[in-house]
Amino acid sequence: MSETKPLGRKIMSPRILPEVAPFWQAANEGKLLLKRCDDCREVHYYPRDICPHCLSINTSWFASSGEGRIYSFSTMAIKDAVYTLAYVTLDEGVSLLTNILDAEPKTLRIGQRVRAVFWPSEDGQSVTMFTPF
Amino acid sequence: MSLNGSAYIVGAYEHPTRKADDLSVVRLHGDVAKGALEDAGLSKEDIDGYFCAGDAPGLGATTMAEYLGLKLRHVDSTECGGSAPILHVAHAAEAIAAGRCNVALITLAGRPRAAGAALSLKSPDPDAPDVAFELPFGPTTANLYGMVAKRHMYEFGTTSEQLAWIKVAASHHAQHNPHAMLKNVVTVEDVVNSPMVSDPLHRLDCCVVSDGGGALIVARPEIARQLKRPLVKVRGTGEAPKHAMGGKVDLTYSAAIWSGPRAFTEAGVTPTDIKYASLYDSFTITVLMQLEDLGFCKKGTGGKFVQDGGLISGIGKLPFNTDGGGLCNNHPANRGGMTKVIEAVRQLRGEAHPAVQVQNCDLALANGIGGALASRHTAGTLIMERI
Ligand SMILES: [Zn+2]
Repeated sequence: MSETKPLGRKIMSPRILPEVAPFWQAANEGKLLLKRCDDCREVHYYPRDICPHCLSINTSWFASSGEGRIYSFSTMAIKDAVYTLAYVTLDEGVSLLTNILDAEPKTLRIGQRVRAVFWPSEDGQSVTMFTPF
Repeated sequence: MSLNGSAYIVGAYEHPTRKADDLSVVRLHGDVAKGALEDAGLSKEDIDGYFCAGDAPGLGATTMAEYLGLKLRHVDSTECGGSAPILHVAHAAEAIAAGRCNVALITLAGRPRAAGAALSLKSPDPDAPDVAFELPFGPTTANLYGMVAKRHMYEFGTTSEQLAWIKVAASHHAQHNPHAMLKNVVTVEDVVNSPMVSDPLHRLDCCVVSDGGGALIVARPEIARQLKRPLVKVRGTGEAPKHAMGGKVDLTYSAAIWSGPRAFTEAGVTPTDIKYASLYDSFTITVLMQLEDLGFCKKGTGGKFVQDGGLISGIGKLPFNTDGGGLCNNHPANRGGMTKVIEAVRQLRGEAHPAVQVQNCDLALANGIGGALASRHTAGTLIMERI
């Protein structure tokens, strides 16, 4: 069985900058948080204090549905470290870089529905990956 | 301020090495600086402006000025990865037009092959805000570009065979370059049957890893006219970054969609006027994207444009990378921008290999994509004319 589990590859732990600490804490609780601007109402990713659409400092966290579609993907063909890098476009409209887990790479397709799963990185901090459902 | 005609490329030199076991990075920068000066017929004392990017060691321009004993009144260390030298030419023209310098030296060099650090293209700067949101997922250049290729195939029906034609064209040119790392002519079948690196990109869709470098000298028009070399005028320039736009990711175009029109407008020409193009070829898909974004063909039709030898000198619509490019010749310091300009200068001077020299090559373009197409990059477009 050739799963796309990130085995055989170190999952580098994120260095957590202060402005995104809630994002990482939520990931450890199995939740995917996003930022929305209170002024222009646009959602953005990666999250930041300052809205990249209008530079407002009034941005708020909210919980994503954790569901979306594969925008594109590519599976590394390195022996012992076969893993799939992907952009997933969340139902909230933003795309994030991630891995697709628990799926035979050959069965993956652009547009496929996926949902968030959480996988521990080297130091135990969870990171958000996705799996078809 | 238009830069059209404000400066000329008077010197160009490419280091012959492809594996610099016994040459340091600073020595490589020094070698190419000397080579470009000799090519131009100028001396060290003539240089009053110096340009380099992150591949220069230590403090960059300061370290290089010390090593080469330069006395400068203008320095610029614009860093945007592999496209930097193309921006440097534009910035040198700008500085010359503004009276900040008369003769600008630009160097690029590195030894990732000898150092064995070919995969460390991405800086893991812990203060870069994107790193925590990307590094855990194992982005490499190959899988990032793989995603771009896959989306292009999905949107426009582009095939692996069409991408392979880009490598085939590069290999047809490289067979005439004695310094090229890969001199064998390959077929579409060779490319699509080569080992998969990160789907849909095969090993032969990827550029080589090489050491070496190159240098350019850009000078004020009055100085250029006193020299003995053919005149290569800076006619149009453009630059633009593209990024993930707060999560509105769209992999179907590159920043060349912005840098290209700026350069064409400044030059007062259109893509059909271009006789030769040096296109950044970190991967085959990179070339396809630039062909579309620079307006050589409509978005989505790049595959058709390149198939059946569309890029082969003497055969195709648009001769490209006649030195073999990054796909076959070299990709010094993991940065292809310098060698793109150098081969365009050779074409304009009529000094390319006779087997690949474009007839009456009076207008050429060089385009660079620094960074990664799938995440963040800066495009630089340069249009040059032989006077
Ligand atoms: Zn806003």
